[in-house]
Amino acid sequence: MKPGLLNNRDFLAGMLFIVLGCTGFVVALSYPFGSLQEMGPGFFPRVLGLVLVGFGLITAVKGLRAGMPVNGPWGWTSLLKLTLALVAFGWLMEHTGLLPALVSLILISAWAGKEFRLGEVAVLTVVLCLLALAIFVWGLGLPYSLFALGGQG
Amino acid sequence: MDVLSSLALGFSVALSLKSLAYCFLGVLLGTLIGVLPGVGPLVTIAMLLPITFSLDPVSSLIMLAGIFYGAQYGGSTTAILVNMPGEASSAVTAIDGYQMARQGRAGPALATAAIASFVAGILSSLMVAIFGPLVGKWALEFGATEYFSLMLMGLVFSAVLAHGDLIKSLAMVVIGLMLGIVGTDVTSGMPRFSFGLPELLDGVGFTVIAVGLFAIAEIVLNVARVEKVAVFSTDVKNLMPTWADIKAITRPTLRGTALGAFFGALPGITASIASFSAYMLEKKLARDPSRFGQGAIEGVAAPEAANNAAAQTHFIPTLTLGIPATAVMALMLGALTMQGIQPGPEVMTSKPELFWGLVASMFVGNVLLLVLNLPLVGLWARLTRVPYRWLFPSIMMFAALGNYSLNNSAMDVYLCAGVGLLGYVFAKLECHPAPLILGFVLGPMLEENLRRALLMSDGSFTDFVTRPISATFLLVTALLIIAMVLPSIRRRREQATADGGTD
Repeated sequence: MKPGLLNNRDFLAGMLFIVLGCTGFVVALSYPFGSLQEMGPGFFPRVLGLVLVGFGLITAVKGLRAGMPVNGPWGWTSLLKLTLALVAFGWLMEHTGLLPALVSLILISAWAGKEFRLGEVAVLTVVLCLLALAIFVWGLGLPYSLFALGGQG
Repeated sequence: MDVLSSLALGFSVALSLKSLAYCFLGVLLGTLIGVLPGVGPLVTIAMLLPITFSLDPVSSLIMLAGIFYGAQYGGSTTAILVNMPGEASSAVTAIDGYQMARQGRAGPALATAAIASFVAGILSSLMVAIFGPLVGKWALEFGATEYFSLMLMGLVFSAVLAHGDLIKSLAMVVIGLMLGIVGTDVTSGMPRFSFGLPELLDGVGFTVIAVGLFAIAEIVLNVARVEKVAVFSTDVKNLMPTWADIKAITRPTLRGTALGAFFGALPGITASIASFSAYMLEKKLARDPSRFGQGAIEGVAAPEAANNAAAQTHFIPTLTLGIPATAVMALMLGALTMQGIQPGPEVMTSKPELFWGLVASMFVGNVLLLVLNLPLVGLWARLTRVPYRWLFPSIMMFAALGNYSLNNSAMDVYLCAGVGLLGYVFAKLECHPAPLILGFVLGPMLEENLRRALLMSDGSFTDFVTRPISATFLLVTALLIIAMVLPSIRRRREQATADGGTD
């Protein structure tokens, strides 16, 4: 039995390539193409965009023929939580300083895992914060304020 | 005698207290992190990359190389003790190594891996010292045309040898090349694909891509995986192999070294192919091939030797031609570029202390690895039991803070999250990230050389096929693609990579 299009591994990969290739090609249309003698900034990206669309088409057709399903569940929740952990870290670094950013990063990351044991996570948070301070602030001498509620400059 | 005096220069660099300290730190950190289950050399190097950037180029490269050997050896330890190879190339070691561990011979298996790696490392470092300059001298004759064809060959090789579908791997190369375009165009000064973000004018940071693709995506894959791995834990005692063991591993180690060193010097051949070939060769030569898979000590020695030999000789194309053979080498190359050094044949003459310092540090690093590993094996064995739920928040911490610290910019962290997301989707769709990182690293140089070549030939492509060196590279590339498309060869490749995989 063939999987649905949304679960067809190679079809999805092909579509992803086509979307990326088209985006690259269309954006590059606004850069001068130049000529073969003098390649402009638009030459290389346009060629690459077209090649990528070509590979995408081949892959998508292959996918329709072979119909291999995606391996295992998608695991969207872990993906979203870990992405959120990074985004929150970046934002907090700029607005509240190092320690809140680190604590939130570690807590959200741990929350993305299968098991969340409160005691362990608490110890882990303290240890990792100390490690981060030791390596990045004291070791590499980076000028981060630990708390900066008004933002760091 | 040129090599000897150059090596003397190298050792004067590598044996300085500072270099020794960074080499030791690298080997220690690499082993320490590499031995943790589920953390391979790529993740280890990617997460430690930002820390090395504050060092001077020589120290940073020596430390990175140390991390690399350490992580490689750490991966083998995990493979033997818990049958969880951190990377594809130690998967072969796991076959017989894990069986030895189950039979209570974990100690000799670990010692064999250490000794085989050491012998292979020393011999192949010698080969880097001898052949590196030869390749470099030859490459000095290359013009833009030759470089373009060589890079094309390297990229196609990386895609062909990646595990899985050829077209998808080629597409990943193209995506890498496109990511490499982001930023201000060198020739016209025009910003490309920067989408109005000032942070993108200098291009996407190398560590952003490396960490996102290899650390973040890997964590999500591991965390999202449902099944739990049952860990069989071993106590390591009787480390020393017997005389019979030593006799049994001498020849396999040397054969594995030769095979690995040869494969490693070819662009695109990964260490896993080298170790897999070495294993198959020993199985063919053995009087009783049925012992393989049941804990044959040769099955540990030969692939470990091949693995480590290839890991060292990979530096030949990387440093002398600027063409990385594997994803790990692409990380090394990217690190050098970030330090403002453009790898290529000129490096040897313009920065002899860098090239020879690194070569000498390979000898030092391998000695340190042996000295460090034999006594600390018990500690490493205990580390293999650290649960993953403690590990991935730590990797996340290094990934996030490391990326932030390079430019003090939150944008780098956001981009890294984006690359991680994309990398995870790619991994789910069986598109392998190694060709992408090679494309990303080589992209700007590929475009620049194409532009120069076309400028010189007045827009004609005939130069690429009429200049003999360039024509040879293109011919090899074409033959390779034709060979891949022929089904009979393709089937054989699937068999070989099914167990070998890619780095």
